[in-house]
Amino acid sequence: MSLTLAHFLALGGILFSLSVAGIFLNRKNIIILLMAIELMLLSVNMNFVAFSRFHGHLDGQVFVFFILTVAAAEAAIGLAILMVLFRNRSSINVEDMDDLQG
Amino acid sequence: MTAVDLMLALPELFILFMTCVIMLVGLWLPRDRQGLISFMSVMTLVFAAIILLGWDDSNPSAVDYAFNAAFVRDQMADVLKLTAFILLGAIFIYARQYLRVFKMAILEYHVLSLFMLLGAMVLISSASMLTVYLGLELIALPSYALVALRRDDKRATEAAMKYFVLGSLASGLLLYGLSMIYGVTGTLSLAQVANITSMGNNTVLVLGLIFVVIGIAFKLGVVPLHMWIPDVYEGAPAAVTILISSVPKLAAFAMAIRLLSDGMGNMQEHWMSMLVVLATLSIVLGNLVAIAQSNIKRMLAYSTIAHMGFMLLGLLTGTDQGFSASMFYAIVYAIMSAGAFAVIILLSQHGVEAENLDDYKGLNKRSPWLALMMLMLMFSLAGVPVFAGFFAKWLVIQAVLDAGMVWLAVLAVVFSVIGAFYYLRVVKLMYFDEPDSDEAIIVPADFRAALTLNGSAQLLLGIFANILIALCVASF
Repeated sequence: MSLTLAHFLALGGILFSLSVAGIFLNRKNIIILLMAIELMLLSVNMNFVAFSRFHGHLDGQVFVFFILTVAAAEAAIGLAILMVLFRNRSSINVEDMDDLQG
Repeated sequence: MTAVDLMLALPELFILFMTCVIMLVGLWLPRDRQGLISFMSVMTLVFAAIILLGWDDSNPSAVDYAFNAAFVRDQMADVLKLTAFILLGAIFIYARQYLRVFKMAILEYHVLSLFMLLGAMVLISSASMLTVYLGLELIALPSYALVALRRDDKRATEAAMKYFVLGSLASGLLLYGLSMIYGVTGTLSLAQVANITSMGNNTVLVLGLIFVVIGIAFKLGVVPLHMWIPDVYEGAPAAVTILISSVPKLAAFAMAIRLLSDGMGNMQEHWMSMLVVLATLSIVLGNLVAIAQSNIKRMLAYSTIAHMGFMLLGLLTGTDQGFSASMFYAIVYAIMSAGAFAVIILLSQHGVEAENLDDYKGLNKRSPWLALMMLMLMFSLAGVPVFAGFFAKWLVIQAVLDAGMVWLAVLAVVFSVIGAFYYLRVVKLMYFDEPDSDEAIIVPADFRAALTLNGSAQLLLGIFANILIALCVASF
């Protein structure tokens, strides 16, 4: 059995669902939220690379480079905010974030 | 990349260059000379506006593409960018005293704001999915950092974390949608997407469209993707809230036009019904929940949600008339909200955020000028006739009526009347209640000039609405 486009898209879809579930079901730890966000961007990358290969041109792969770079910057900012949050509250529990009632 | 490409993007390049210069200069400035940073930032915006207006275009209505059709410059882009320059310049003037009183990092504030402006400009001029994404992230990343700029504030850091998580989730959903559209059409260019989608729809494309609409709805902050707005508006320092509530709204409007109209205009039947749901929910929920707020920043947050719902009314018609009405709405809203938050910034000058409605009691006795400015802004937000906010609402409702959706127009009118209540309550507090404190309000001269201009702009844009309306109509 050879691998087709559908296999890669299914993998991308599974990773994407995992990350969305991780964000919404997670009630404990903000670091897990950050991991889920990274996973979401990676699942998109999987889609782009698969489609790029399928269409036979490089546009999608170039897009992936940009997503990877932005994801690195995003992780840096996310962890920095996590640091100041921990200093202020001595906790990174999602349930402790209840000063603002959104 | 040719010389013409660079000329088209000259305002962006200038802002980028000057932001780097300000960053370097700021590092060498002694603490007591930090006022220079604010001056340089405002001057940067003035010269960027001159460069933008100085572009000698033989055919002003033409659409120019640059960088392999990833960047577009048309009249809509120029008008929105010019509005963004003026607004950000005013915001820098408003924020000066506040940043000093609250001991916030002046250099970081200005540099991050300018990067946010750069992101907004890229997004406004985007003609490819890649530039949409990059512009969007260049707005989002500085705003996360700006919200957390007061590092020792519990509420600000919590708001920043919520904003970050929800914002990244929205970017991820948008990207997933873009990847599907890329998969079906095989191109990143929005113009080519429009060509290919004209040949017929398919399920994957519609699925991609749903994700894209979710991403746009989040950036605009419309129900049900509004959860971040009240928390971020309340938690962030007022000088940051004013930024988040003005310039990015213009960019989010442009993003909706670029993706939905330029890119997927042929799939209007699909996105129209989604936008109807989003607009209805936002107008209803925004106006009702705002009534129950005692914190003025939260109240204005729910008012933003309602206003963005009104803005969507024009977009969802899918006609040029509707788009220009929405553009007018977005510009007028950005000006109104900058003015309203400027009053909050000014009243916070004693080191405590003036965020309770009670802080506005008897404002007329403490400073008749400030109360008059707030009165004009509140009337405009409420949509009282003659003020700019009235014409904005009128135009979008007219567009909805022309599109044949009478029930939606009736709903919009009913809820704009209900919404008027909480704006007029602020006016009542200012004029008919006794002040709790008689602390003097010290107003720097440039702040007074900028806020006078901002407040009276509500009246002038109402009386001379035709000029701005003509500009918006010519953009489509």
